[in-house]
Amino acid sequence: MSFPILMKPLPLSLKDFNFIAEANKSNAPGGAASSKSVKQPPQKKDGPPVASSVAASERGVDRPVEKERKKDLPPPRMQFDDESRVGKAKRRSLLNQPEARNRVELFRHLPPHKNGSQLPYLESKFFELHEMHPSVYKVGLQYLTGDTSGGNARCIAMLQAFQEAIRDYSTPPEKTLNRDLTSKIGGFVSFLIECRPLSMSMGNAIRFLKSRIARLPLTLSESEAKAALCSDIDRFINEKIVLADKVILRHAATKIRDGDVLLTYGSSCVVEMILLYAHEIGKQFRVVVVDSRPMLEGQKLLRRLVAKGLSCTYTQLNAISYVMHEVTRVFLGASSIFSNGTVYSRVGTAPVAMVAHAFHVPVLVCCEAYKFHERVQLDSICFNELGDPDAVSKVPGRVDVNYLDNLTDKQKENLQLLNLKYDATPSDYISVIVTDYGMIPPTSVPVIVREYRKEYLLI
Amino acid sequence: MPDTQALVNDFISKLKKRKIEGSQATAKQTAELLRSVISQTRVPYTNQAAALIQSVKAVGERLIAANPVELAVGNVVRRVLHIIREEDLSLTTAAMAGLNLSAVSDDEDDADRDNQPVLSAAAIAAASRSTLRPPSLQTLLEDVPDSAAIPHTSSSGGDSEGKSKSADKSSRSRKLKHDVIEAVNELIQDISTCHEQIAEQAVEHIHQNEVILTLGSSRTVLEFLCAAKEKKRSFRVFVSEGAPRYQGHLLAKELVMRGLQTTLITDSAVFAMISRVNMVIVGAHAVMANGGVIAPVGLNMVALAAQKHAVPFVVLAGSHKLCPLYPHHPEVLLNELRSPSELLDFGEFSDCLDFGSGIGAPLLHVVNPTFDYVQPKLVSLFITDTGGHNPSYIGEMYRLFVVSACGEGMNFKSEIMRTNCIAEGNFVKSSIRMRGINFFGKLEDRKSQFFCGCGEM
Repeated sequence: MSFPILMKPLPLSLKDFNFIAEANKSNAPGGAASSKSVKQPPQKKDGPPVASSVAASERGVDRPVEKERKKDLPPPRMQFDDESRVGKAKRRSLLNQPEARNRVELFRHLPPHKNGSQLPYLESKFFELHEMHPSVYKVGLQYLTGDTSGGNARCIAMLQAFQEAIRDYSTPPEKTLNRDLTSKIGGFVSFLIECRPLSMSMGNAIRFLKSRIARLPLTLSESEAKAALCSDIDRFINEKIVLADKVILRHAATKIRDGDVLLTYGSSCVVEMILLYAHEIGKQFRVVVVDSRPMLEGQKLLRRLVAKGLSCTYTQLNAISYVMHEVTRVFLGASSIFSNGTVYSRVGTAPVAMVAHAFHVPVLVCCEAYKFHERVQLDSICFNELGDPDAVSKVPGRVDVNYLDNLTDKQKENLQLLNLKYDATPSDYISVIVTDYGMIPPTSVPVIVREYRKEYLLI
Repeated sequence: MPDTQALVNDFISKLKKRKIEGSQATAKQTAELLRSVISQTRVPYTNQAAALIQSVKAVGERLIAANPVELAVGNVVRRVLHIIREEDLSLTTAAMAGLNLSAVSDDEDDADRDNQPVLSAAAIAAASRSTLRPPSLQTLLEDVPDSAAIPHTSSSGGDSEGKSKSADKSSRSRKLKHDVIEAVNELIQDISTCHEQIAEQAVEHIHQNEVILTLGSSRTVLEFLCAAKEKKRSFRVFVSEGAPRYQGHLLAKELVMRGLQTTLITDSAVFAMISRVNMVIVGAHAVMANGGVIAPVGLNMVALAAQKHAVPFVVLAGSHKLCPLYPHHPEVLLNELRSPSELLDFGEFSDCLDFGSGIGAPLLHVVNPTFDYVQPKLVSLFITDTGGHNPSYIGEMYRLFVVSACGEGMNFKSEIMRTNCIAEGNFVKSSIRMRGINFFGKLEDRKSQFFCGCGEM
């Protein structure tokens, strides 16, 4: 047996793909080094950490304790306010990032938004990207334009694209399947990140996939290995997303009584499913859909609900204090839930939860367990995603309110536009989290993360 | 009179159609209208104040009924009534003082001399009662004009006083109107310059490198921030756009044109950003007697967020926005719903908004309120043209302006209807009487509500 299999397999995070790629190139005993030094905090797309990984390989064996501790720390992110690192990233990036003018100071550590105008540029590069699989490319384009949005949808699209890529994959000579495939997946992931920063659900799914690849027994032939991986991905999607949603529906529907007035914010696929399911089983209730600019996602949800015959009220976020008087329950979706109970979700969820709390209305957050993450976050500024700033100043469809159209350049220097995509809701506003493991209080999230993450290793 | 009738009708129709934007403009136009009403009113020789009060009240009731949500109208009407009473009182005391002197210097019997000071004292009391007497329940319900009661008291003052009194009154006739109109002009002046007076206090509240958050657009806030900028304080402003009117865009444009560093954010990002903000400064539509604020929609959310993050929430309000009423269900009773087309385009959703199909019940209901109610406990400070105040003091503030001994001005007919006491649940009825102010109590518990209206004494 070759030595890479002897070591205890560790869940590799997506940050480590570069390590492994670099280690393969340098042909050092990278196997031991890369996996044992896995949790040395690397910077994405950086050269220097490779040296540290090789150096760490000697120390790695002697420090299992540190490895355990470091395993729990989530790796830090790319620092966009560091000039040298940004320069390196730019040279390797595929997209032509325009100089972001008027960036808000507080958010200089986050990548600027790449909008749909990059699409033609990226399309022209298709034939240069011979490493890229077409289905991954397609998914990346969908992210860039915003056609695919929502944690579950993005995750499923990505995993299915990876399935295709794995089916079409063939191991080049002199390379082992796991290393090479992992580096290929890493390449795909970096492309997707350039199109749009990863959501937490996607990050967890990638971790799962890499751990599956790393645990493939070497005795399998290539076709058997590929089939095993594809079936693993299918099972992940089925168990963690589809079946999980069904369980959440059952739990949440017990919390809806006749005569309720339910409020929801934005458009969450889980909440939509809950409302439609409760309507199907015959509960009588009303829905209030709260929406906000600039994405106006609530309108899509509204259309689907009204088409099924639910009676709905529609309003904007500012009027939340007006409608909250008659609301009995608030259902919210989440992009992720952190280990301190903070709910990371579409921007605007936090004010809804806060106002509901002030009016003594219970807030139920519905989220599958695979979206939980071991990070902690206190506010919405340290980690977020920036959207298109121009979407804030332009109001589509209303010519009378476009006040910001005619500004001189000198005036534009003073004006900054901020379009946040996510915000962090403190756990005191949340009454209960409905997951596929049951209904838990926000304080139980780290327990689930710790206990049920081992599943990945045991499957 | 026909002139003023036309003016009054014109103004009422503008109010009904909501053509006048902003409480300052409304207050100013109301004051100007009342000034012309006063100047056109024919006053009788005796007891002119009551005639003026009568005519102003008649017009005022119609104006308030035209737009009950615009509280500035009622505030201005009450202040004008107070001005009339004050001027009358000051003239009367001056006249009585003059009369006293003249009576004493008369060469009369010693016996009479003892009586006269007493009579003049009685006359003073009668004269002051005539203008400032609180209405008895009978006069209220039967609508007996006050002027009928007056001649009795004045005739009881004695004939010796009669001649000098009439002589005084003829000179007083012109003087009262003149004084009242002067005072109303001062009121109009105050209303127009409230922005400058509030802006003068800007430097005391804004320090260097401060970050300020505001929502929507208010002219008072704009002047406030620009005044601080004039005094070379450097600070940044986060402006929340205030959908669906998007007035935040307007304010951002104004600030940028005057050279302030501005960041425009969406309303949903307010909670995310407020932890990095030093102060929230907003304008108000009206300030209620308990310190609660009727503010543009969305400000309750901002106030709650500010409280959670311990950020001071400062409200700028001109004195014409102070209202003596207590809010009861302000979200519903003191609110207006605007057109839903600002939220949803009818063309896109016409299949869902079609009420004529199926069972006829509307499937889709769109809500677009204009105002929000902010509780007094969420407000840190009120800045008015007379200085900074605590929310609990703002009710007292109103008394400085308007409360007179009888408090008659507050008690319009429509409000008398609410003098029945309704008690639900097992709460103790409290017999709180506040001079001149109708009291509506509302307890915090949503389930049981207790309200009691008492006529003032």
